[in-house]
Amino acid sequence: MSNTTVVDNGVNVEALLGAREALSKAPEAAKFSWRASCEWKNGTHSKTSVEGYFGLGSEQVHKKTFSFDADHPEVFASEDHGATPVEIVLVGLASCLTAGIAAVAQHRDIQLRSCKATIEGGMDIQGILGIDSDVRNGFDGINVHYDIDADATPDEIRALVAQSQKRSAVYDIVTNPTNVSVEVN
Amino acid sequence: MVISRNVTCVIIGAGHAGLAMSCCLTDLSVDHVLLERGEVANSWRTERWDSLRLLTPNWQSRLPGFKYQGEDPDGFRDMPEVIEFIDRYAGFISAPVETSTRVTSVSSSDSGYKVLTNQGEWHCKVLVIASGACNVAVVPTISEAVPSKINMLTPIEYKNPNQLADGGVMIVGASATGTQLSKEIQLSGHQVTLSVGEHVRVPRVYRGYDIKWWMDSTGILDERYDEVDDVNRARRVPSLQLAGSLDRGTLDLNTLSSLGIKLVGRMVGMRDDKALFSGSLKNVCSLADLKMNRLLDNIDEWITNNDHLVDINPRERFLPTLIENSPPLEINLIENNIKTIIWATGFKPDLSWLDVATLNRKGQIIHDGGIVNFPGMYLIGMQFLRRRKSSLIDGAGDDAHDLSKHLKAYLDG
Repeated sequence: MSNTTVVDNGVNVEALLGAREALSKAPEAAKFSWRASCEWKNGTHSKTSVEGYFGLGSEQVHKKTFSFDADHPEVFASEDHGATPVEIVLVGLASCLTAGIAAVAQHRDIQLRSCKATIEGGMDIQGILGIDSDVRNGFDGINVHYDIDADATPDEIRALVAQSQKRSAVYDIVTNPTNVSVEVN
Repeated sequence: MVISRNVTCVIIGAGHAGLAMSCCLTDLSVDHVLLERGEVANSWRTERWDSLRLLTPNWQSRLPGFKYQGEDPDGFRDMPEVIEFIDRYAGFISAPVETSTRVTSVSSSDSGYKVLTNQGEWHCKVLVIASGACNVAVVPTISEAVPSKINMLTPIEYKNPNQLADGGVMIVGASATGTQLSKEIQLSGHQVTLSVGEHVRVPRVYRGYDIKWWMDSTGILDERYDEVDDVNRARRVPSLQLAGSLDRGTLDLNTLSSLGIKLVGRMVGMRDDKALFSGSLKNVCSLADLKMNRLLDNIDEWITNNDHLVDINPRERFLPTLIENSPPLEINLIENNIKTIIWATGFKPDLSWLDVATLNRKGQIIHDGGIVNFPGMYLIGMQFLRRRKSSLIDGAGDDAHDLSKHLKAYLDG
């Protein structure tokens, strides 16, 4: 590469590569478990918090507890205390892909100047309302649009976005089936 | 009474890789024997479908001291021609092959290795595993959930479309095998649905020359295992979407779509009679398109720097892979009259006879460019063993040269 400036997207690639190397030798430590706890408030409003998780062989905690209000808007006769759960899924997908783009860009020595995504999921609510059993509850499709300004060719930028999808956990969760087991005490 | 014999080196397998090694060991005066479960070129005789041709042009199958001398250097060998070529090489180098000798166990001994076969036992100081990279078809566990009414085949069992039940066929995997079988089966009158995961797209011919000629000339095929970023990843790269067809046609997903083949995402599960597919089809196609264009960029750059070439066609870029807007995420196999699934989901070696603790947790031999982490044991003929071309017939020679030298030095202490 001809540029002499140091590429810095704020991603510590050396640490990530070190972790990759270490974990490929100790695959047990690569087993993580992510958690959230959700409490009903009122109506469709709930508050979910995340704090602890398991990884690298032991219990871990975030620097602080993060909490998320979820609700439905007034058109659903709700009080709109927070984003809808499906919007939170979009938040998860967009932020996962964006984090991936920054990390891949750093690894490929590409300086990002700005990276903005808009994400949209289409849904026919006849599904969740039980009007038409042929309509699924979830999104009928998700479209993500990226505007990226970076020191790279258009194809290099497309490759960043493609590679980020390939490595994204939330992209995988959304595009592939997952077994979900729900129990009641 | 069990016959017991001694030899300095046992080579397991008399295919192109084992024979290349044999030639190099003869040059170094290392006495050896090749143990072959069937006849020379056994996998090519028994584990391939009828219409298969080599992906590489005739000129490209070069073995130590031996190369193509026929009238059609740009053609692609069919299986009888491959078998004849390898057979002729075995005769040319006077390879000491013990045919119909199936290895049942390899264990370490005080002096090296003990090799048990159905024709007695062999004791050797050094051992070369050349038994092939594609002995066993890899079939994902989701196959266990496929309804019993559906026939399932692997590419090793598949010979030709006549063995298929009337009705639709789903082919899982879109690398060389899956794309070739899709085309053949669709043209035979079965509706084919092709499940597409990550794949490698290339044109057969670029700017007037075969893609393999470009990969050879530009040095891509000579890239070494210790020069690439991540050799484990490089070894997992799927085979190119290519066929050695007489019309030199490209076998990409756009070609297959134009024949009426339905493209769906990677198969990720079964729910009752429904096969489930990943929603990632667009991205795996983007990845492949971008990667192909990077390869073509490299070729273009090489052409610019090597201006002596004649008859080069102008630079060209191909249409992106065309995917319908919302490819189906599930297909009811029964309702859609799909009678057969072919698992073109990769191959692996058969090492069930290897009783030496040199396998990693994924069952693969631990080695450094073919030098196994057990003294005096070598591996050859595997994907990206030492070079990108290692899995090609054309790659066996350079690898055999390197490994035979190491082997000789080991023997000389």
